[in-house]
Amino acid sequence: MNVEAKAAEAANPNLIQGATGDWEVIIGLEVHAQVNSHAKLFSGASTEFGGAPNAHVSLVDAAMPGMLPVINEECVAQAIRTGLGLKAQINLRSVFDRKNYFYPDLPQGYQISQFKSPIVGEGEIEIDTDGGPKRVGIERLHLEQDAGKSIHDQHPEYSYVDLNRSGVALMEIVSRPDMRSSKEAQAYVTKLRTILRYLGTCDGDMEKGNLRADVNVSVRKPGGELGTRCEIKNVNSIRFIGQAIEVEARRQIDIIEDGGTIDQETRLFDPKSGQTRSMRSKEEAHDYRYFPDPDLLPLEFDQAYVDELAKGLPELPDEKRARFIKEYGLSAYDAGVLVAERSSADYFEAVIAALDDPARDGKLAANWVINELFGRLNKEGTAIEDSPISAAQLAGIAKLIGSQAISGKIAKDLFEIVWSEGGDPAEIVEARGMKQVTDTSAIEKAVDEVIAANPDQVEKVKAKPTMIGWFVGQVMKASGGKANPQAVNEILKKRLGID
Amino acid sequence: MSDLTKLTLAAAREGLQKKEFSAEELTKAFCEEIDAGNGAINAYVLPTPEIALEQARAADARIAKGEARTLEGLPLGIKDLFCTKGVRTTACSKILDDFKPTYESTVTQNLWDAGAVMLGKLNNDEFAMGSSNETSAFGPVVNPWRRTGSDAKLVPGGSSGGSSAAVAADLCLAATATDTGGSIRQPAALTGTVGLKPTYGRCSRWGIVAFASSLDQAGPITKSVEDAALMLQVMAGQDPKDSTSVDAPVPDYRASLRNGIKGLRVGVPKEYRVAGMSAEIDKLWEQGITWLEDAGASVHEISLPHTKYALPAYYIVAPAEASSNLARYDGVRYGMRQTGSDLIDTYEQTRAAGFGREVKRRVLIGTYVLSAGYYDAYYLKAQKVRTLIKRDFDEAWDKVDVVLTPTTPSPAFAFGEKSGDPLAMYLEDIFTVTVNMAGLPGLSVPAGLSTEGPPLGLQLIGKPFDEETLLRTGQVIEDAAGRIVVPSHWWRG
Repeated sequence: MNVEAKAAEAANPNLIQGATGDWEVIIGLEVHAQVNSHAKLFSGASTEFGGAPNAHVSLVDAAMPGMLPVINEECVAQAIRTGLGLKAQINLRSVFDRKNYFYPDLPQGYQISQFKSPIVGEGEIEIDTDGGPKRVGIERLHLEQDAGKSIHDQHPEYSYVDLNRSGVALMEIVSRPDMRSSKEAQAYVTKLRTILRYLGTCDGDMEKGNLRADVNVSVRKPGGELGTRCEIKNVNSIRFIGQAIEVEARRQIDIIEDGGTIDQETRLFDPKSGQTRSMRSKEEAHDYRYFPDPDLLPLEFDQAYVDELAKGLPELPDEKRARFIKEYGLSAYDAGVLVAERSSADYFEAVIAALDDPARDGKLAANWVINELFGRLNKEGTAIEDSPISAAQLAGIAKLIGSQAISGKIAKDLFEIVWSEGGDPAEIVEARGMKQVTDTSAIEKAVDEVIAANPDQVEKVKAKPTMIGWFVGQVMKASGGKANPQAVNEILKKRLGID
Repeated sequence: MSDLTKLTLAAAREGLQKKEFSAEELTKAFCEEIDAGNGAINAYVLPTPEIALEQARAADARIAKGEARTLEGLPLGIKDLFCTKGVRTTACSKILDDFKPTYESTVTQNLWDAGAVMLGKLNNDEFAMGSSNETSAFGPVVNPWRRTGSDAKLVPGGSSGGSSAAVAADLCLAATATDTGGSIRQPAALTGTVGLKPTYGRCSRWGIVAFASSLDQAGPITKSVEDAALMLQVMAGQDPKDSTSVDAPVPDYRASLRNGIKGLRVGVPKEYRVAGMSAEIDKLWEQGITWLEDAGASVHEISLPHTKYALPAYYIVAPAEASSNLARYDGVRYGMRQTGSDLIDTYEQTRAAGFGREVKRRVLIGTYVLSAGYYDAYYLKAQKVRTLIKRDFDEAWDKVDVVLTPTTPSPAFAFGEKSGDPLAMYLEDIFTVTVNMAGLPGLSVPAGLSTEGPPLGLQLIGKPFDEETLLRTGQVIEDAAGRIVVPSHWWRG
């Protein structure tokens, strides 16, 4: 690697090294998010997950003759909320189109989607990268129907079709090709998922397929012309999104460096082999014959409707994080951890509400939530909603630390007691005599006893003052951990004559 | 034969109310007529006498209790495009096989809720695609009218040929029909019956097998204008299950039916004087103008400059929508299936065997005009034409209240005369398609007989949701022309 290339890599750690030099990967994402709604986009059938195959199918979903779609207003409101959450243009008039193709799990022979005039236009999402915050553009969001499911492995000759998902509302959220590494793409999906979950417009459950992504990947020499892209369909975990991008970028680089060219095509990522494989080429691509669905009028609503929905929106993660930093002095990292899930942010806010002096104890409480509570919950595999320690109890512990009633070490014991036995932290501390000793005369007494009992050590510490830690430990031990360590330190220094 | 079947819907209604006869007697009379005549006419593809008699007895019970509803005990025929719960519905296509819906179309449900009696399902062109009823999988319908001195079989028009023939041949009191490009008005004109295509959105399309969603509209074919008013009264209304149905008040159409048309401004569009129009059609049109003037209307020449583009644009829009609407007939969930070697083969074999030639032709045309690279030149252009046609009418409504034209360029033609030439067949719609393209209401009223014998109709076009004025004007024509009935019931064998 020459000096300039090294400098470039230092400037842009995202570049991928190839045989002929560095490559830049260009990524755009189309995320399909299932709308959180009780009924499907154009029928009254339930959207409940599970249930016997074809248990949630209306006449409309099964495309019986003469059936007509009627828009579900709940889904429209959810799409608008999402658009607002993405700081996007809300289009007061949008149009549903038919996307025509034949498949057994598509009973109508067309999917109702929005092609030319989507309900939501341009917006953006801010993601954290190693190089600091970065904005990823949102090109559009549109509403469309999900298809049913074909099941090929239950009969040697036949395929079965389950239409439970047929007609369920999806939001397709299309990003600009603004991402430059698998990490950025992962950060984007993570952030988008967080926003959707805050808004309550999609549960973000990737295991159930309620959030999945089509990943567009191309590579180019830094600053060069855009390369031909391949679309990797239906990647259903954030980890796989990262893996798929890495292997696809590498595959494309290898082809180009071997003198080949990239064919525009649709590919699938196989998590087992860790490879992508061709699904269909551009030539095999469907001609979807989009045209406006004549069964539906253009979707129109006024600004007042949008404003009303905007009023009901919750505080979103970016705003919440900024507020946590400002009000409680949290680090950007800690604030980010707390707001990553709405449930953890809600927990933290409940802790804050239960504190007497949030300005004093807020940061301390955040540390305890992140380090002790999250750590323990993760270890036990328990969700924050099921935490054995309530927000009020955690606030109780933080208050005791903040007021110097207990030391951090005692607090850990207290945490254990509250976790396993429950109870009011202040009462436990009182009842079990766990209170920190700040009475100087008691500490002085203990210090004097330790000094008197260890003349050899006293000699050594005078020569090597860092040994004072050993004395602190002895005094703390003697006090059963209840002595205020700071006070112990000061008295020891005085008695031992150390500065 | 019984004279009961010759009654108009309104007259039969009055007879039932006055208890001159029972709904059961009336229904039996029709069942007998169907038994005797349907073999020759082929109007019904599925008579349902058991359902009819059961409904008739229930109607008699209601009448006895003084609880008669608007159409209590009145026997109707139902075009096979309307889904009827538990009763085979095929759109006269092989692809639907013996499909029995588990649901009832909104329009027919409205009729049953008003007490009407179902005599059976009526023949039509396959998926309503045709103007002669020759494309039906159940074979053609024979027009009860014949040319003077000839027993050559004539077509009853289409696609609602079963409806028009059944009404003309007294095989029902009135019938439901649908109109996408003229499918109510043209068969009405060819059989001497009244055909009303309401404003788009007036009647619910829910439960009607779709042909072209932005053009399809249900309406009645009847023996008189008053009957059409009665039928529309019950069929019309907004339906939450059809987003394109419109929440506009449904007035009492019969209340103003005989209020006359003094001061009414009638438009006569110059563009409808098409090259090669026969002298007798021209004469009929002049006669219509005179009748309306005599009744106190003023007649004005108007211009609808984009008329000539209506037919070609229609034959882009309608097939485009049809190609998509008919995609659901794939052999997967219901109807016919020809099992092939794989999925694609099954699709191809099912649709090849299930659809007739005209349907295939339109699916191909529709697929073509929506294809990438052709969409703008065809579909988008046709939609622009449609906007211009609407604008033509919007401007006309500043000057006139109703427009008068012939319904068809010629009277009923013989079997096979046009079926080999799709373009000649498509020209049957030349006077009617503009109305669908603009979403307006249109009414065809029998106005006289052709020199060959079979009847001719005049068409009235109205403002959106102003069926009231159409019917009132139609009544004037009917009064002047006199009711036109088939001279001989030859089909009874």
